[in-house]
Amino acid sequence: MTRRFYGANLTGPRMAKAAATTTDSAEIEKFQAMAAEWWDPNGKFKPLHMLNPCRLDYITSQIAAEFDRDLSAARPFEGLRILDIGCGGGLLSEPMARLGADVVGADAAERNIPVAQVHAEAQGLKIDYRHTTAEALVDAGETFDAILNMEVVEHVSDPLAFLTACHDLLKPGGLMTCSTINRNPKSFAMAIVGAEYVMRWLPKGTHEWSKFITPDELYGLLQQAGLDPVDRKGFVFNPIGWSWQLSAKDLSVNYVTTSLRR
Amino acid sequence: MDNARKAHIFTPVTQYDTDIVIAGGGLNGLTMALALTAGGFAVTVVDPVKKKTRANAKFDGRSYALSIASKHVLTALGVWDQIADPQSILEIKVTDGRAGEAPSPLMLAFDHAEIEEGPMGFMVEDRRLRPALLAATKAAGITQLDGDSVAGSTAALSGITVQLGSGKSLNARLLIACDGKTSQIAQRAGIKRTGWNYDQTSLVCAIEHEKPHNSVAHQYFMPAGPLAILPLAGNRVSIVWTERSNNAAAIQAMGDADYLNVLAPRFGDFLGDIKLAGDRFTYPLALSIAERFVDDRLALVGDAAHAVHPIAGQGLNAGLKDIAALAEVLTDARRRGEDIGRADVLARYQRWRRFDTTALALATDTFNKLFSNDNSAIRLVRDLGLGITNAVPGLRRRFIREAAGLTGDLPRLARGKAL
Repeated sequence: MTRRFYGANLTGPRMAKAAATTTDSAEIEKFQAMAAEWWDPNGKFKPLHMLNPCRLDYITSQIAAEFDRDLSAARPFEGLRILDIGCGGGLLSEPMARLGADVVGADAAERNIPVAQVHAEAQGLKIDYRHTTAEALVDAGETFDAILNMEVVEHVSDPLAFLTACHDLLKPGGLMTCSTINRNPKSFAMAIVGAEYVMRWLPKGTHEWSKFITPDELYGLLQQAGLDPVDRKGFVFNPIGWSWQLSAKDLSVNYVTTSLRR
Repeated sequence: MDNARKAHIFTPVTQYDTDIVIAGGGLNGLTMALALTAGGFAVTVVDPVKKKTRANAKFDGRSYALSIASKHVLTALGVWDQIADPQSILEIKVTDGRAGEAPSPLMLAFDHAEIEEGPMGFMVEDRRLRPALLAATKAAGITQLDGDSVAGSTAALSGITVQLGSGKSLNARLLIACDGKTSQIAQRAGIKRTGWNYDQTSLVCAIEHEKPHNSVAHQYFMPAGPLAILPLAGNRVSIVWTERSNNAAAIQAMGDADYLNVLAPRFGDFLGDIKLAGDRFTYPLALSIAERFVDDRLALVGDAAHAVHPIAGQGLNAGLKDIAALAEVLTDARRRGEDIGRADVLARYQRWRRFDTTALALATDTFNKLFSNDNSAIRLVRDLGLGITNAVPGLRRRFIREAAGLTGDLPRLARGKAL
């Protein structure tokens, strides 16, 4: 379940380098068509849309608890600067902006940026989408109160370097949620055989099983990066309600962690 | 998708006049408005009926048998304590009857002592419930545009523009239709309905009587349709008496004395002398279910989604469950930063309510067909059924919990909890 991969593998027409501010209306129409595809709850990204409420429940409750915010308020995340790394079409950036946060959405896949931009603009949301990487943001001296690092770490070549960059991007007292896929026979069966081959939820070759990370390994990497892991939960699919739920016990396939920069 | 439509959906609605427009200011519309306000939304109610008319005591002569779950919803919204004279129902007696004959000896009795939640339900008069809801909406500062109606709407990616009959228009994130079983909004959205008319009409009146009703509700199954005797505050009962439509029209046309003469033999003498305690009303029965409860930035609630045969008084109870479920889905979505009008958010509401209401509609329909029948074989079977149900405490308890609205996946408000 990867946003970054999706972005890099959309089989649509190749996007020119221009952003959504281009005057070329044919180009904008292409971006709009791709945005419509990203945001169609029953389309290509259906599994991500199904997982999204569960991911958002976790992210919002962790941020609210850490920064003492009341989620029933109109704009509870007002004043918080949040980075959505691997933002794809903006499935997490938009909710954060709606909750009042100042959001930077970053994606290494260039073509995702104008697509996310046209959709956010159509929603009347202001989001700073950038074609960049965590390392480049560190070099630019950017800092954030919170980082959403969701379904990215299993796709990077050097997870420790990536997580260290994330650490450097957090302000002291900042929080990062990081989700990925466990490495065991069940996750192999579910994420690769099930999701890619049987259900065809994901394109074949989306995942490399050897890159999957166990929760203990991720905790170790987070600590080596200088972060303090404080929470871990599983995302479990409930076939009866046909929806995802958080589980304190079952981290066997998809799971999420929270860590702090002290 | 044509280009004009595509261009339109990408044009952002940037200024919202309100979060949610509610079409219809009846019981469902007002309760929906209160629930969403409690969930932190700004709402605007558009009601074709003038507030002055709604406040008129004679506007609607009905009484409602509210389930425990419905009471929970109204309590959580601060309305319940403002309703004058709610009457507890402590026992329900169901009997197979035929005009002018003694009731069948096999009788089904439901007693509140079999469930721990207290009374099985409450009788509330429309003329008491309506002012309580109007006062609560006013106290909550909810914007109400009365004497105006929703004439059309256009959905975009970021919101919906609702055109009003007065020529005004409102930008919102979502439109909720509480405009009844002939919902124009559902029709305009191209939502088809399944259903049929029964050749039956309910005659409704309140009766004053000599002897106390002891908080017992009675339901007699007569060949033409059911007769319900439902306790109200004091020595009064609400009568819901269903007849073939042509008979009902003839009875309704009679003077009060003749009307009572027709009613009395069906009624029996267990309450002593009876007399009319208010106006008489008629309501034709029909079953009508929308094939979808949602569309682009639109949700249907109450009778707009499902008008059921009012045989068990489940219409308003089902509406209040819709309201509790939709308010919960929308409040949760807002708290996690989702766009509340998105198709996948609205689909959660439809998934939650559609199966439940369709099952209820079909069950009440079957029940009515089974009981509005004078065939002696069917009569024997149903009498045995009533007797068996009565004899098996587990089965009876299950029926009581069902009638009290305490089964199924209950929304937080219907469990008496905050949103």
